[in-house]
Amino acid sequence: MINPMELLLFVKGPLFQAALAIFAVGILIRLVEIFALGRAHNYAEPRGGELVPGLRTVYKRFNPDPGTFKSAPFDVVVGIIWHIGFIVALLLFIPHVELIKATFGIAWPALPNPVVDGVTAITLVGLVAALIHRITHPVKKFLSTPGDYLIWGVTFLPVLTGYLAYHRLINPYPLALSIHILSAELFLIVLPFSKLTHIFTAFVARWYNGATFGRKGVQS
Amino acid sequence: MAAYRTPRSTTLGERLREHGVSRRGFLKFCAATASMMALPPSMAPAIAAALEQARRPSVIWLSFQECTGCTESLTRSFSPTVENLILDVISLDYHHTLQAAAGEAAENARMEAMQANAGKYMVVVDGSLPGPDANPGNSTIAGVSNLEMLKETVAGAAAVVAVGTCASFGGLPKAEPNPSGAVPVSDIIQDKPLINVSGCPPVPMVITGVLAQFLTFGELPELDEYNRPRAFFGQSIHDRCYRRPFYDKGLFAESFDDEGAKKGWCLYRLGCKGPMTYNACATMKWNGGTSWPIESGHPCLGCSEPDFWDAGGFYKPLSVPLGNSSEVLLTAGAVGAAIGAGAGLLSRHKSKAAKAKHQSVTVEELEQKL
Repeated sequence: MINPMELLLFVKGPLFQAALAIFAVGILIRLVEIFALGRAHNYAEPRGGELVPGLRTVYKRFNPDPGTFKSAPFDVVVGIIWHIGFIVALLLFIPHVELIKATFGIAWPALPNPVVDGVTAITLVGLVAALIHRITHPVKKFLSTPGDYLIWGVTFLPVLTGYLAYHRLINPYPLALSIHILSAELFLIVLPFSKLTHIFTAFVARWYNGATFGRKGVQS
Repeated sequence: MAAYRTPRSTTLGERLREHGVSRRGFLKFCAATASMMALPPSMAPAIAAALEQARRPSVIWLSFQECTGCTESLTRSFSPTVENLILDVISLDYHHTLQAAAGEAAENARMEAMQANAGKYMVVVDGSLPGPDANPGNSTIAGVSNLEMLKETVAGAAAVVAVGTCASFGGLPKAEPNPSGAVPVSDIIQDKPLINVSGCPPVPMVITGVLAQFLTFGELPELDEYNRPRAFFGQSIHDRCYRRPFYDKGLFAESFDDEGAKKGWCLYRLGCKGPMTYNACATMKWNGGTSWPIESGHPCLGCSEPDFWDAGGFYKPLSVPLGNSSEVLLTAGAVGAAIGAGAGLLSRHKSKAAKAKHQSVTVEELEQKL
């Protein structure tokens, strides 16, 4: 059996590099292809700019429209909570900031551990609630594909294993950390080839929408 | 060490009294040993009784690919406490750094001890050794390869203690690219009781504690998955670190001379490997309990863990991946962008070609075909 330390060095080393490479290749293929495809030429005279309205829509779509909130308040509230929690835990936890600094060469201030810990706990509850809702809600259940459950698992695992590793609930620690890094690598690998791509494409789509509005002179 | 080999019949208790160790001092040591090994205080008299009666066990100390740091740690740091005397009173029959004899006389001492105590002696190894596939000439003593000497000496031993990270896990000699083909003792010895006392070097009290346990109970202590005594390696540095509250509060030193460092905050961001390292430094400390690396302001290197030498830079945080991630990212990014651009252009070309091939058809033409 492979020992925990060997496992840690493997997942922190070659496997992380491989996951990172797959992620970078995958996501850039997806994004650059979208941009390289371009848009059909619009012969109509533009009535306004594209950039500012595009960016405004990128921002404005963070606010749920009243209709959506009224028809699906659970999805809006829980969705926002766990998305924010996930992003906070991912980007503002000190060990993650150090990892990003070493990988991307950029860094920013982080939050104190207890804050991230609390946010992570809320995120876990939010994700579990989202799954229960998906399973129990007849329409959502009908619409859900195996892929949806897979993506839920791929998203849930890094948060759960991170929480377990931070609280040292799996021993020895190199094993806990290995499992956490492994789950994060799974997330990275799956990301470009699944609906997780929305992490990037959501903003592209929003911008195109807003830009189209702007060009037509419609309020974005 | 020749002087230590006689008289073999003297018990440990007698020898301790000869060395001027009081009964009170001896019992204090037994109580400390009991607590170190997480035994109830009521076990202290039992330890005392067992140690009193213990015959000086013969110990053969083999030094292979090592730096003598383990021996330095053991012999210097705790002198002249009772722990040191425990080592004085074991019959250290062969230790080529410490013994007075040299050359053939030294090797004869080893052979003699092996014959006289067959099946009962203890072998302590420090240093890794070139494995079965490596050139045996990479490390030899008196013309005998380390591998051959280990096998020969361990054949009649009661138990083997691998002292230090090199003997336990291969350590520095085994670090990439492992030019000498170094392996730990556990790769070679599989049919004898084996205790790994890792650390670079190990805490001296851990070595004496393990020997005391063996003398008391005549059996191996409870071991973890790396064959290390749980009493000393059961908890991580991080879990017993006095700076842990700063980690929990999110207060970190970010350089060696910033405000955080001066205030004694957590050293995680300066590369502390405490969270993944299991050792007794945080509780037993060094130099007779004076201090330990983290207390003196330096992050834990993780020296008691396997492959610590290859586990990333000592001053890089634990979460930083190994290898050059930025380079991988740039290369993969460039490849991805190129393929993406190619795919995009191909799709464009396809749609243009489709447009060019497009033939208009009138209703009449369609009706004619029908």
